[in-house]
Amino acid sequence: MTWIAIKMLIGDRSKYFAIIFGVTFACFLITEQSAIFCGIMLRTTSVIRDTHGVDIWAMNSGVRYADDLKAISDNDVFRVRSVPGVAWAVNLYRGQGQAQLGNGKYQGVILMGVDDSTLAGCPTQMILGKLGDLQMPDAIIVDEAGFHQMWPREPLRVGKVIEMNDRRAVIVGIFRSAQTFMTMPMVYTRFSQATLFVPQYRRMMSFVLAKCRSNVSAEEVARRIESQTELKALTKDGFITMTMMYYLQHTGIPINFGTTVILAFLVGCAIAGQTFYLFTVENLKQFGTLKAMGVTDRRIVAMILIQALVVGGIGYGLGVGTASIFGIVAQARMELLAFYLPWQVVLISGICVLFISLISSLLSIKRVLVLEPATVFQGGA
Amino acid sequence: MSSPPSHPSLVPSHAIAGIICREITKDYGTGDSKVRALRGVNLEISPGELTLLVGPSGCGKTTLISIFAGTLDVTSGEISVLGVDLKELSKYEKAIFRAKHVGFVFQQFNLLPSLTAAENVAVPLIINGFPRGNAMAKVAEVMHAVGLQDKLQSLPAQLSGGQQQRVAIARALIHQPSLLVCDEPTSSIDAKTGQTIMELIKQIAVRPDRVAVIVTHDPRVLEFGDRIVTLEDGRVAQDKHVRNPENTKVA
Repeated sequence: MTWIAIKMLIGDRSKYFAIIFGVTFACFLITEQSAIFCGIMLRTTSVIRDTHGVDIWAMNSGVRYADDLKAISDNDVFRVRSVPGVAWAVNLYRGQGQAQLGNGKYQGVILMGVDDSTLAGCPTQMILGKLGDLQMPDAIIVDEAGFHQMWPREPLRVGKVIEMNDRRAVIVGIFRSAQTFMTMPMVYTRFSQATLFVPQYRRMMSFVLAKCRSNVSAEEVARRIESQTELKALTKDGFITMTMMYYLQHTGIPINFGTTVILAFLVGCAIAGQTFYLFTVENLKQFGTLKAMGVTDRRIVAMILIQALVVGGIGYGLGVGTASIFGIVAQARMELLAFYLPWQVVLISGICVLFISLISSLLSIKRVLVLEPATVFQGGA
Repeated sequence: MSSPPSHPSLVPSHAIAGIICREITKDYGTGDSKVRALRGVNLEISPGELTLLVGPSGCGKTTLISIFAGTLDVTSGEISVLGVDLKELSKYEKAIFRAKHVGFVFQQFNLLPSLTAAENVAVPLIINGFPRGNAMAKVAEVMHAVGLQDKLQSLPAQLSGGQQQRVAIARALIHQPSLLVCDEPTSSIDAKTGQTIMELIKQIAVRPDRVAVIVTHDPRVLEFGDRIVTLEDGRVAQDKHVRNPENTKVA
């Protein structure tokens, strides 16, 4: 009976395409909004993920997320180094600077100050220049997107000069990094240099980055740091989780995106459900004929479910495909667009479409099951 | 026809029994809105003869044929079709009974519009569990019998009313049912085509091992009946045996 169900479905072209459109539209919205949500969530932790070779982040115990900057004492880096299991530990400054461009305009930047001697914590994907050039006086490196933000339509090049806190800064390198949540240019320099690019405070250090010895786990070392200092110490994954949880719990991002996803789900249910129901109602005569001819209720239900799953499957494929193409094309044209499509989003969209298909078919199934086969006589049904 | 790989037959194998009705009544609705469509129908129909159910509108002939076909339950009385007490069957068993033993010809043809003529004819075999390939292989023979061997791939919309009804007849007979029920088979087609359709039914549908019942109000059809049962106000008013006039009864 499967092929009969599918032929019945495809036979009514206008409704067939209308149902697919409804499911595709809902699936596209659910996938696209979820992917943008994931992209934004990912950006909240890009600074943590872009800091390679570090096992533990130690910070002020009041810090709640990566951008929640509360300074710690310069001596804390020595206290962390003294904890058993720590191979090395370096200081990191993170803050916001104000860059004055050559044309007199100002641009807010995220300023990162890494350990002067080791440059540990610097990005690794250099596009122009060498990381070692950071050792030169007044040297800074900026990210690719940040360069275009400061000098739109200009080709990437080193040697550009900006001013921060009335200090000259020379771009000696350009690196590639993940977009940040704040979407401001990322500027890396040496710690000592960074403290000159911003107004001076008594405490300037934001984080201590630590590497563990190979014979001890990062979790264990983090526990030791917390017990032996007054700092909060988190593994890289722990810091990412804490940051994401903060944004999920304390910002309107999940509610705003969740609302769109729920609306998309409801609109999908409404369009697909209504059209599918109309399709079934208009085909009641056919279903009645089949019932009269001996098709059992169980097989009728199976036929309707097959029809729903076919349009659901096609709509799902088109929806996810369209959302993926949208993501690829839009990201190529708009660097600021946050779009990240992990397999979990694809799976969730599939589950939503499955629900839409099932909900759509439920009303139709009920309508057909109560249909008496006798009604087909004398042109009934 | 090879055995369909599905449910066991519900009909006793020893003989093809006919239809036996004893004081059957059928009510629609309840309370004040209750309407009694059948008021104690007694009837016995044997295989091998073409029985016509006639009567004015609302006399209960469609209700009666629906009960014969197992698509409607009686309110009271006894009904045995092909030796099966239909009151004893569950809804599921009735569906299986219809699938295996009943062939339907409807007034409006009721072909599935998105299926070709051949696919429409194959539907009863598919319902009985035949693989699609085997079912389609059997279609050509039956379509030849109804004179539509060149219309196998036509959609119903591409066929005339008479051709559609021939497809419906082929569909009703392809699984060789023991009971054929036809509901006003000529009312949606012109007189000449109706004549052809009735000749076809008489020619290929009526067999010694099959019970054939036709509901009609078309007087031109009466000449084809072996037996004409007239219903009036939910009762059998006249039971005329054309071939054996001595058996004719008048209420």
